[in-house]
Amino acid sequence: MSDHDYRPKSKVGQWFNDRLPLLTLANHLTDYPTPKNLNYWWTFGGILTFCLITQIVTGLTLAMHYIAHADMAFESVEHIMRDVNYGWLIRYIHANGASMFFLAVYIHIFRSLFYGSYKSPREIIWILGIIIYLLMMAAAFMGYVLPWGQMSFWGATVITNLFSAIPLVGEGIVTWLWGGYSVDNPTLTRFFTLHYLIPFLILGLVVLHIWALHVPGNNNPVGIDIKKPSKDTVPFHPYIVIKDGFALLMFMIVFAFFVFYAPNILGHADNYIEANPMVTPAHIVPEWYLLPFYAILRSVPDKLLGVVAMLSAILILAVLPWLDTSKIRSAVFRPLYKQFYWILVADVLILGYVGAMPAEGLYLLIARVATAYYFLHFLIILPVLGFKEKTIPVPLSITEPVLGGSPNLAAARNKESKLE
Amino acid sequence: MSEKKTKRRDFLFTATTAVGAVGAAAVVWPMIDQMNPDASVKALASTEVDVSSLTPGNTLTVLWRGKPVFIRRRTQEEIDEARKVKMEDLIHPEKDEDRAKNPEWLVMLGVCTHLGCVPLNDKGDYNGWFCPCHGSHYDTSGRIRKGPAPWNMEVPKYEFVDAKTIKIG
Repeated sequence: MSDHDYRPKSKVGQWFNDRLPLLTLANHLTDYPTPKNLNYWWTFGGILTFCLITQIVTGLTLAMHYIAHADMAFESVEHIMRDVNYGWLIRYIHANGASMFFLAVYIHIFRSLFYGSYKSPREIIWILGIIIYLLMMAAAFMGYVLPWGQMSFWGATVITNLFSAIPLVGEGIVTWLWGGYSVDNPTLTRFFTLHYLIPFLILGLVVLHIWALHVPGNNNPVGIDIKKPSKDTVPFHPYIVIKDGFALLMFMIVFAFFVFYAPNILGHADNYIEANPMVTPAHIVPEWYLLPFYAILRSVPDKLLGVVAMLSAILILAVLPWLDTSKIRSAVFRPLYKQFYWILVADVLILGYVGAMPAEGLYLLIARVATAYYFLHFLIILPVLGFKEKTIPVPLSITEPVLGGSPNLAAARNKESKLE
Repeated sequence: MSEKKTKRRDFLFTATTAVGAVGAAAVVWPMIDQMNPDASVKALASTEVDVSSLTPGNTLTVLWRGKPVFIRRRTQEEIDEARKVKMEDLIHPEKDEDRAKNPEWLVMLGVCTHLGCVPLNDKGDYNGWFCPCHGSHYDTSGRIRKGPAPWNMEVPKYEFVDAKTIKIG
């Protein structure tokens, strides 16, 4: 990397940097060579950082007013909504922020899947990402429990009961998780503690995620290894900063739409009814971002196997770099993979839809087919495709497909060097 | 390996690691066990219910250890229906005679053994209970007949203190 010989201009800067090389780090981050062909799908890393910080800041302020007690939690949330100055705004940002966070993370993950960003040498970045995603789900689930509404309570009951599927020790684990014989005050207080802790764990993992990213550098839409720095790269600042900033503004418009015009559309009306351990709501559904996995859980008629299938659906992603046997990263050069990719996208959307519907009749049948296809994609199609697929030749550099169209290659090279 | 003799230092190393591991476990255990039900939760272990107002064909739902308990005073038809079921038709075979010692009274946790929802009374394909969450059907003995739940609804420890009072727990 070029920044190792960085030296601050000022005497004070030099003195400080010799003792703690923070300025070297800052220089590395601004000069960091980035592929110049990154499209807008690459802006979601920055958007996700924004989401995490938004959740932490709004979460901290909510925690100043929220009371984690089974008798007071529901009321304290209403107190935030009605009495606390701008409490409604902060809570709506936090609640919708969770949805926005997942929206961004799904786009981020599917961008990786399309452009093969999980492949060597970026496996560790990918696995760290999957761990972050798991922690996000844990944080979101526990956060949803805190208002202590009907969906909070019964969602907590159903999800913690998943552990009871474990043979022999399952019931003991569930009692331990609850701190009692049902979801109750001890459960609420520990969920609050963990909900507070997890975002900071995520923050630490995000640092590792970015650190691991900065070793090989970004993948790019063409999916080839590039020389850094070279005419195929631009410095992170100002080029990527501006592009990320613009995308973030667009994202914030969507975010603001939900916060100001439809703050409850992604929630569930039952959660404005206080938790009642005697009555289960007629139809329990998790938040939209967990629906595909919920559909997988329900599509298996056996309790233990259903839980195993649901967990496998997530954990299978962690071994994806080894399931995909193709050496070519970007789907742009993989005509068959590109089609299977879009089928997978459709499959996950279908799973999400049937996850929100009652588990019976046609919905159940669709859920079973879609679940089977999900595993088929990762366990059969991807490994086989790497050997069978006839890929399109990849360019040697990012610049080549743009300028290489010229019949006179020498002229193209010449033009290329002039551009520098 | 035969050439390598166990030295004093190897012994010290192993012994130190072992003591360290035991020490670490001794510190970790309280951190884990503090999450288990505490003394105040355990103290609420039993509850007494007056069932004198319950007429046949009706169910009383009471809270015990934070969970609903169904107390069903069954009609003769319900008893007959529960008792004539063949064991081989059951997912979790249990005789109705064992579940309801006094056939008129069925006392069980109103908690679906799938994922813990509260099943609805007088619903489902077997005239017993139906869980709205994931579609488990229970018969008039609270036994699982259809759906994802693996076991029958649990019968807690209970006794009649006198003719009209049931003590659960």
